[in-house]
Amino acid sequence: MTLATGKVGIICCSGEDLPEGTISRVATRLVLEKLRPDQTVTLCLPLFLAGGEDERAFARVFPTIAVDGCSKKCAEAGTKKFSGKPVATILVSEVMKKYPHLKAKSRERLEPQEMELATKVAEEIAKKVDEILCKTAKK
Amino acid sequence: MENHKVVVVPCSGIGKSLGTVGRVATYKLIERMKPKETRTVCLALLTMGDDDALKLVRENPCIAVDGCPAQCSKKNIEASMGKLVHSIIVTEVLRKNRSLKPEGVIELNDQGDKLAEIIAKDLSKKADEILRKEKCE
Repeated sequence: MTLATGKVGIICCSGEDLPEGTISRVATRLVLEKLRPDQTVTLCLPLFLAGGEDERAFARVFPTIAVDGCSKKCAEAGTKKFSGKPVATILVSEVMKKYPHLKAKSRERLEPQEMELATKVAEEIAKKVDEILCKTAKK
Repeated sequence: MENHKVVVVPCSGIGKSLGTVGRVATYKLIERMKPKETRTVCLALLTMGDDDALKLVRENPCIAVDGCPAQCSKKNIEASMGKLVHSIIVTEVLRKNRSLKPEGVIELNDQGDKLAEIIAKDLSKKADEILRKEKCE
């Protein structure tokens, strides 16, 4: 299995029980749809268990960034366990420490302040995508 | 059995709007319709075999809400030996409501929200039915 060039995989926890899980999910979609649409791909995390070998090959095919809502880091651990070690992890709760005025409260529909937080997380993911693509281009 | 809640577990479906429909339907149920009788758990936690998540799905009746036929939620609950009592696939509900065209993952369009409302009402009825049965046992 060889590493695909030009694309970075993003796996988020989606954490259904926590507002930070929704932030991880929305931030991931912002990167996929708006910030780096041609350079990123994703996969539903639980599909590692429910899917087949194609799904489990994901992190061996793409350099992968895990996006986790909380310190349990399910996306990082799940990707490592079922597919391959992620190249980087972005933790929503850590990004939140940089922006204490931005709070995550909603799980369903993000308020403007929460959307701003999701955008900040998305920008950090996009920055990491660029770093990874630069490194792989140099190799 | 007392103090048991119905655990509603939506899939994490991030690739299509149907995953978001299931997720939004779940929040409509657990936050507005039946906050005292229902709750959810992070599916990723279950996938990772977290002790608290495993205990929750093994000791409470669970409903899986899946966006697509891959049925990640249902399969993960079963793999966790959870008490799966019902499952819903959004694509099947959509087939019965063909006029609705859900779109959007970051934010659902109005038609997606209507579909989520239909699913939430079905889930609410099912939760009542499950809890009634639990009381009789």
